[in-house]
Amino acid sequence: MTLSFAFDLLLALALLWSAWRSLATPDLTRAVVMFIVFGLLLALAWARLSATDIALAEAAIGAGLTGALLLDALGAWRRAAKDDES
Amino acid sequence: MTSGLVFALAGVLLFVLGLGGVVMLSHALRRILAFNLMGSGAFLVLVGLAQRDGGVDPVPQAMVLTGIVVAVAATALALALVRRLHGAHRDD
Amino acid sequence: MKSALRLAVVLLALVLAGTLMAAILELPGANQSLPAAVAAHMAVSGVEHPVTAVLLNFRGYDTLLEVAVLLLALLGIGAAVHAGSETEDGGAEGDPVLAALARLLTPLLILAAGYLLWAGAHRPGGAFQAAAVLAGAAVLLHLSGQMPAWSSPGLLLRLGLAGGLLIFLALAAGLLGQGALLRYPPEYAGALILLIEASLTISLGLILAGLFLMLAGRRGGA
Repeated sequence: MTLSFAFDLLLALALLWSAWRSLATPDLTRAVVMFIVFGLLLALAWARLSATDIALAEAAIGAGLTGALLLDALGAWRRAAKDDES
Repeated sequence: MTSGLVFALAGVLLFVLGLGGVVMLSHALRRILAFNLMGSGAFLVLVGLAQRDGGVDPVPQAMVLTGIVVAVAATALALALVRRLHGAHRDD
Repeated sequence: MKSALRLAVVLLALVLAGTLMAAILELPGANQSLPAAVAAHMAVSGVEHPVTAVLLNFRGYDTLLEVAVLLLALLGIGAAVHAGSETEDGGAEGDPVLAALARLLTPLLILAAGYLLWAGAHRPGGAFQAAAVLAGAAVLLHLSGQMPAWSSPGLLLRLGLAGGLLIFLALAAGLLGQGALLRYPPEYAGALILLIEASLTISLGLILAGLFLMLAGRRGGA
């Protein structure tokens, strides 16, 4: 078992773990953060597959922009819930 | 086992995980997350499978590149629709 | 009842995962090598980076339709949020440190986008990545309170959003005489691809920023 294969395996496990956490963790904010972590790990996986173009796009769009959208939506929900209470 | 094959198999598991999430989860935001996981899994299979013998294949790479951009647009549209839905429920 | 249903879904998912993985492991090798086909036609593609060649030359119509999809998604978002428009005025409260950082970073980000666009011809990079960086700059400016959310885009902004697709379409229509959709004459291919990529960078950057800015600052309900 070579070192690079071990790294690939570790990365694949980390991907699956972060994906699982983003669905299973009870706190929504933490779920979104785990999803951003997943996006960054996926960018690493693309780099391992020598797909540098996709790695760049994934880090900027998949993790960055999607993460910003999700966090913004979450914030808006929280604010709406607070408005409803008051 | 090449990295292509490892990530193709991981992509299958991600796809199935996302599919299960879309079916089983109730909160809309989680479903959007699960839907994105399905997409990422499919992308990994697409590129990993084409590169399982170790080469680099630019054709699936270019397709996944467009796919990522379409996925973010779909996510944003889904979020907009969910917000609208919430608003409609609140007004009732 | 509910737990039985969950168990069934989990079991089905496991069966699906097992079948798909077995299929991937069993799959015979491809009898046609796409990388070789791409490499054989690189000389007429007008660029040196294979991914860019596939994206904008060999399968240019994928990219053309993708830009149309993005524009449609943005229109859908505009329609969905407009119906119950209830904006909060202005952006977030400007944190002075964040605002200064955003002011410092924005020119650098625009420079980086320009570099990525130019680099796309011969190494990883190109219109999508450059557009993502531009959109990132817009999001940063909004978060630091220096750029308002978009409630109703003006004429210039609308032109910018649609410009990339319109130029791409016009070129595709103009090149129909070549016999196939988006087949560039090899001697102009490099210049045409650069023109398309430059206009796509601006339009895609605005569209990606719009995905965020049209939703941002709305109250949860609207």
